[in-house]
Amino acid sequence: DEELVIRPLHSGDIYASFQFRTVWDTDFMGGKKVSHYRLFPKSLGQVISKFSVRELHISFTQGYWRTMQWGQPFLPSPPGAELWVWFQDTVTDVDGTWKELTNVLSGIFCASLNFIDSTNTVQPSASFKPLGIGNVTDHRFLRYATLPREIVCTENLTPWKKLLPCGSKAGLAVLMKSEKLFHSSFHSQAVHIRPVCQDWQCKSTSWELRQTLNVVFDLHSSGQGKREWSLFKMFSRTLTEACPLASSSKIYIDVTDNPQGEQFELSPATPLLSQAVVLGDRRTYSVYDLTQQATFGSMRSLNMLLRWKSSDGECDMMRPLLHGERYVAGYGLQTGEIHTLMYNHHPYRAFPVLLLDTVPWYLRLYIHTLTVTSKGKDNKPSYIHYQPSKDRVRPHLLEMLVQLPPNSVTEVTVQFERALLKWTEYTPDPNHGFYVGSSVVSALVPSVVAMDTNSTQERPLFSSFFPSKEESSYFVRIYTEPLLVNLPTPDFSMPYNVICLTCTVVAVGYGSLYNLLTRTFQVEEPSPGLAKRLANIIRKMRGVPPL
Amino acid sequence: MAAPLTLLLVVAVTIRAALFRSSLADLIAERVEVVSPLNAWKRVVEGLALLDLGISPYSGDVFHETPLIIYLFHFLVDYAEITFMVSRKFVSSFRKQKYALEADRYPLDCLELIRSPKEMYYIPLKVAMFYLLNPFTILSCVAKSTCGLNNAVIALFILCTIKGSALLSAIFLALATYQSVYPLTLFAPALLYLLQRLYIPVNIRRPSFWWYTLQYAFMYLGSLFVIICLSFFLLGTWDFLPSVYGFILSVPDLTPNIGLFWYFFAEMFEHFRLFFLCVFQINVFFYTIPLSIKLKEHPVFLIFMQLAVISIFKSYPTVGDIALYLAFLPVWSHLYRFLRNVFLVSCVLLACSALFPVLWHLWIYAGSANSNFYYAITLLFNVAQILLVSDYFYAYLRREYHLTHGLYLKRKDGSEATLVLK
Repeated sequence: DEELVIRPLHSGDIYASFQFRTVWDTDFMGGKKVSHYRLFPKSLGQVISKFSVRELHISFTQGYWRTMQWGQPFLPSPPGAELWVWFQDTVTDVDGTWKELTNVLSGIFCASLNFIDSTNTVQPSASFKPLGIGNVTDHRFLRYATLPREIVCTENLTPWKKLLPCGSKAGLAVLMKSEKLFHSSFHSQAVHIRPVCQDWQCKSTSWELRQTLNVVFDLHSSGQGKREWSLFKMFSRTLTEACPLASSSKIYIDVTDNPQGEQFELSPATPLLSQAVVLGDRRTYSVYDLTQQATFGSMRSLNMLLRWKSSDGECDMMRPLLHGERYVAGYGLQTGEIHTLMYNHHPYRAFPVLLLDTVPWYLRLYIHTLTVTSKGKDNKPSYIHYQPSKDRVRPHLLEMLVQLPPNSVTEVTVQFERALLKWTEYTPDPNHGFYVGSSVVSALVPSVVAMDTNSTQERPLFSSFFPSKEESSYFVRIYTEPLLVNLPTPDFSMPYNVICLTCTVVAVGYGSLYNLLTRTFQVEEPSPGLAKRLANIIRKMRGVPPL
Repeated sequence: MAAPLTLLLVVAVTIRAALFRSSLADLIAERVEVVSPLNAWKRVVEGLALLDLGISPYSGDVFHETPLIIYLFHFLVDYAEITFMVSRKFVSSFRKQKYALEADRYPLDCLELIRSPKEMYYIPLKVAMFYLLNPFTILSCVAKSTCGLNNAVIALFILCTIKGSALLSAIFLALATYQSVYPLTLFAPALLYLLQRLYIPVNIRRPSFWWYTLQYAFMYLGSLFVIICLSFFLLGTWDFLPSVYGFILSVPDLTPNIGLFWYFFAEMFEHFRLFFLCVFQINVFFYTIPLSIKLKEHPVFLIFMQLAVISIFKSYPTVGDIALYLAFLPVWSHLYRFLRNVFLVSCVLLACSALFPVLWHLWIYAGSANSNFYYAITLLFNVAQILLVSDYFYAYLRREYHLTHGLYLKRKDGSEATLVLK
């Protein structure tokens, strides 16, 4: 299945989200060898079978999602690269398998995922529950790592496109041209693999591969300031046909704010409308079905156009209920403080959130300085899991369950000390600083609209990613900003000089003590001065007695 | 004697109490010259907090104290300031007692060189003053660094050795070695002192020498073993061994301090790291045997030399360690006439002590200097200390020579002679 959702944002930008879903009917749990892949990409299929992966989630993001201006994304992702994997119970050496898996994935996606090692991998104890079926509670099989410094570019997009059944030749993937996609405020591509039920009785499972691409085009840099968006303007392409291998291919345009057509005009007009409950809100969408030949019209190409009628008239966006921010406080290169702020904008409901923080080992956290305050008062978390770091082996892991009071800001602060590293451990540009990965805030946010818990009926892909088990709340995951922290640096031009100077000082100590230990005091006959000695030599040559 | 000492104690406690209550206490507790990753108070509190959270304090890399310290402070955490001040008082009073007992044993004719009883009377007071009013000790105490406890144990050990009780001295030496590995080198001077006291000649061929050595070694190793097993039972794991002793010996944490190790290993080529680590650690223990052979008649001076060598060349020195051996200097005030570099050394030490915070601020906060500036002052400070120690050694040896050969030396023809080392 493939679909594209276009949602105009209140700041004038436009958010486009592609999702491609491939289902592979095979059962790995039985341990049978499979070689019939059909539409599922062979590289990923081999990865799943070789490394006994149960769930795999990888995302590459350029830019930071601004929740307060853009609302909630369909699929959140932190800046940089993020990888989290649930392994199956049959794996004996999880760390070794993780290492091999990261190297293979870095080859598949042309990304430097091989920088993921034990110093940035953690094992969360409560966050990142599996998104597929199955009751798994043993967190020994979960690994999470993030590389905030990773940059996304065309080389990452190309292998990602190759994983699609139609490639980039037909269907919605035709729109993915890197010149336009990377000229945006936010670009995120992700791959999610998980086991799902084949039917509502769940007698057998199949593998679902979802590939998502989220882009936010900026009004001023891509839109030239005019509030008029079309497929051609966004992607420099129009659509000519759906992917022949796709069972459904749709485009959804969010028209909730435009019921009578007073805000913007959508052309070509489409009679199809659908409603979906997503992210706690009931939204209306105009649907273009690409499998129908009639959608393409007489020109055999589809170029949708959204033209805004007036430049003013911003109506209210529904404020996102949960929002997070993070920053570093303090001055100087010795100490600092990390502040994480969590905003609860619900007027009367309080709900608990799970905060996951991964801090690299070279920022030494002092957990006795951890404070959690809401509305000025102390707010004790009900669950704290802290794993202290070991130098050069593993990072800090802090997980807390905090109850956020309604309509409040909760601030979590913790002090840290910056370490001096060995000169070979610094990156080539050490004064740029070191990145600290985003914090993850996961919560079940109360919803004003009843969520649809029926998982079997046909729903658009974007509303069915996070399974909702109850009607009154939906799952939200927020990523805060990554931090950039400076560490004190030694002088990199000095290794030889330092070795020489320090050894000189040690030798001075050794020399003076050696002198005093091996020599004794003696009465000294002073030797004659230089002039007298020369005179004596000349006298000896002359045969005259010396002075 | 009691009155001036009490006055001194009162003054010292007042200064410390005043500084504790002021805002400078937090500032001093963070200074790298005063605290090191081994003995910072912040880390002790962190270790206790981890213990409260149910995590072993040694599972991370922040806490490097011994388990006995954890349990000591578990009960004393509210009274920490008082603990440190009390340990200061102990140190000073022990020194006072110690020097009151030392007698001058040279029945020679160089009257000028022998210390008069009147001088000797004031030495304990001077030692106490040197220790309590030393700015280094005050800073170390206000920062609540556990270096003070270490100093107290070493002072107790010296007291017991001087008093002649071998068992107590072995126990305190074991305690000091348990806290930081380096006091192991004090085994030799303690042994020599006790042998001298019992009139056992230090001769390898004599069985009595070996018998006593074995006894003392057995007491020392036994108490060390008991203390380590006790620590194991307190926490239930052997984790503290790599965390405390592995940390001291392998120097993984390169936080700047006043020693030589941090920048050396920050700039070391990976290939040679282990080699130079071994060289630097052996350097601390290496001077024990030659110094013991040279100074076997003078074990008290040997203790001073060993303490000085440990304080200069240990892996994470702080100003508290320096204050420990500086407090001994009044004992050898009679060597003053033979010292050659007093002015130079004192100027350099003062200047470096003043420059440390300045260059630290410029590097870390202002960003206008870099680590080389701080490193240079470290080098200079250590050179000055080495010069001080070797100067005192020279003066001591020279005094010994004069004691045996007379103070005013004459050459064969009657003119004044000069004395050189050959």
